[in-house]
Amino acid sequence: MSLAEALDMRSSAGAEVVLRGATVLDPVAGIDGVHDVVVRAGRIEELVAPGAKLDGLEEVDAEGLHAFPAFFDPHVHLRTPGHEHKEDLETGSRSAAAGGYCGILAMANTDPTVSTPADVEALREAAREAACVPVGFLATVTRGMEGEELTEMGAIRDAGATGFSDDGLPIRSARVLRRALQYQRLCGGTIALHEEDPELSGDGVMHEGPVSAALGLAGIPSVSESTMIARDAALAGYEEGRIHVQHLSAVESVEAVRAAKAAGVQISCEASPHHLCLTDEEVRSLDPRRFKMNPPLRSESDRQALIEGLRDGTVDCIATDHAPHAAEEKEVPFEQAAMGVTGLETAFAALHTELVLPGTIELGLLVERMAGGAAPFDLERPSLAPGSEANVALCDLGAEWTVGEDGYESRSANSWCAGRKLTGRVVMTLAGGQVAYRLRSFSLGVAA
Amino acid sequence: MRHLLAIEDLDRDGIEAILDRAESFAEVGRRDIKKVPTLRGRTVVSLFYESSTRTSASFELAAKRLSADLISLKAAGSSVDKGESLKDTCATLSAYDPAAIVIRHPYAGAAQLVAGWTEAAVVNAGDGKHEHPSQALLDLFTLRRRLESLDGVRIWIVGDVLHSRVARSNLIGFQAMGAEVTVCGPPALIPRGIEQLGCTVSHSLERLGEADVVYALRLQKERMAESFIPSIREYAARFQIDSRRLGPRQLLMHPGPVNRGVELSGEVIDSPQSLMTEQVASGLVVRMAILYELLAAGPERPVHAAGEHEASPTPIGQPA
Repeated sequence: MSLAEALDMRSSAGAEVVLRGATVLDPVAGIDGVHDVVVRAGRIEELVAPGAKLDGLEEVDAEGLHAFPAFFDPHVHLRTPGHEHKEDLETGSRSAAAGGYCGILAMANTDPTVSTPADVEALREAAREAACVPVGFLATVTRGMEGEELTEMGAIRDAGATGFSDDGLPIRSARVLRRALQYQRLCGGTIALHEEDPELSGDGVMHEGPVSAALGLAGIPSVSESTMIARDAALAGYEEGRIHVQHLSAVESVEAVRAAKAAGVQISCEASPHHLCLTDEEVRSLDPRRFKMNPPLRSESDRQALIEGLRDGTVDCIATDHAPHAAEEKEVPFEQAAMGVTGLETAFAALHTELVLPGTIELGLLVERMAGGAAPFDLERPSLAPGSEANVALCDLGAEWTVGEDGYESRSANSWCAGRKLTGRVVMTLAGGQVAYRLRSFSLGVAA
Repeated sequence: MRHLLAIEDLDRDGIEAILDRAESFAEVGRRDIKKVPTLRGRTVVSLFYESSTRTSASFELAAKRLSADLISLKAAGSSVDKGESLKDTCATLSAYDPAAIVIRHPYAGAAQLVAGWTEAAVVNAGDGKHEHPSQALLDLFTLRRRLESLDGVRIWIVGDVLHSRVARSNLIGFQAMGAEVTVCGPPALIPRGIEQLGCTVSHSLERLGEADVVYALRLQKERMAESFIPSIREYAARFQIDSRRLGPRQLLMHPGPVNRGVELSGEVIDSPQSLMTEQVASGLVVRMAILYELLAAGPERPVHAAGEHEASPTPIGQPA
């Protein structure tokens, strides 16, 4: 099932377009070369030698631009229902499209939480009205995210939830998670886990280490995350359940996932662009708008461990944990500010700038991991192979831009990249077979 | 100096400039008329979101001694009680065109935020567990008067370092002035990684004899409920500074208020080695010096639109 079929979006006619002379890179499909990418009726019809005569297609001059399989983000907050002043389905999906995404999974920690079949159905219907990229919805594991009683996971799956997560909070009780994993055998649906031991995190607001010591801020120790991952991996192994660990941040966590994978546990995990690019040194600025999130930015050795995890496949995918917040929720002292940063519009550009250009990782690896978030939820991986649904991120790898100077597609401005100069920019996105985004300044060469 | 937000922002010369200025105010303090006209016609706002005795009283008296008009606000009973945000409070107060805002706040970075929202010079009178620069300056002033120089002086900071903004500012300030600092306390009350600030960490008072100065910190009794320590008695048994542990040539300091019988025994508080009364006295002249350096000294003086603010500062010592 294609992403447009499996998830929900505003439907319109499939794209009819040819990307002329694009440098096409899809490491998973084994494609790396300059082609005209021919898209008809929303599918990639073929990749042909540049210059072929084609009728009835919009011509896009993609010479010097890169065409990648569009990205998939399994972890975003669309804040709907309840917090539409931060984001909604329209602004959030536009933000995703601007970042080159062809699919996103929305978290369920809304107000009220997404905990019933009706909640899921209402959101899916809203997405069919408002979303410009395919959106999937996770439902909570426990009712109201209270950690006590399971939601009606079977009926919720029947209503079309992609999976389950209490993201924002850990599942404190090992018994409750075990029951959810047992129930998962009936209804499927990967359980995505925010791993944190609240007893160890306490009132922490940043990584525990020399920087928190210097700032007098309460620390969240790395072991708050890794001990819970170890517990939950053991439970998943025992129940043969399937779990996805969200936003890994610490070296101990990477090791815990690596060990679980080696032991045959059905476990996948994600890392966020901000954890891959930044360390807790940034918190010295005491700027919560850009640098306060949970899990917190950690040390350089943690960052290096995440990069190594990307390389060796321990980290399956990159997920932004796009967490929009209104200005007044961030214009307060660090300890009082809301946790979270936005990331959809900058993820590729930031990682290209910080990891690919300095030679830390290969471009192909970044492209692979940016689309790696679909598989853990049994969704079709975006691909440029002929016959695939058109999910394409067209990027200008040489474009330099300053984040925020032209505003954001997101309703919120708490980007961790705000003010940063990045190299590489998404200029056009095809998502779910439709043209979802064009950079305003990207001029199209339209042929007769 | 535009603001005083953190000791970390000052180098040794910057610290010494303030201490030297404080010396001249100490001289003024010995006169019959202790008031000088330096800040006449200028407004100082004192904005305290946390309770305070010494700090608020001495800043307010310092502003009055300098002839400033003073607006004193406590969070309780003000619009803060009604849910006004720090930013909005700041905008409201800025409408009075204050020359300086002295702020204490329960969260780190509050003074820095205010500095971004106002034209006034901002003085951090304590932000969360982060910094308390005027306390560090008054402690440095007190010690410098007693010892002349802090170079090579060994200072032990003993107690609840984790929850102490005084510990952080003093650690940085003492080291900036050439002292060697050891922090000492039970492991749960010493922040992980603090040694990267350049200090030594100890979990025992065994080698306290090496110290020239012992700086004890207040132990909040709530720490027991949060299981940082098993009991006050156990804490006192291992970490209380008493006459048995304090040598005759060692100086004792404490930022106040003291929990008698917890971090300090009664007899050391009243001993001649204790500098606690001097610390309080230093607080006034150092805070006068801070306001003076921010508002009346040097080329970086903030420029205001109103003409009378442009009058050149009256030299110290001219009667008001």
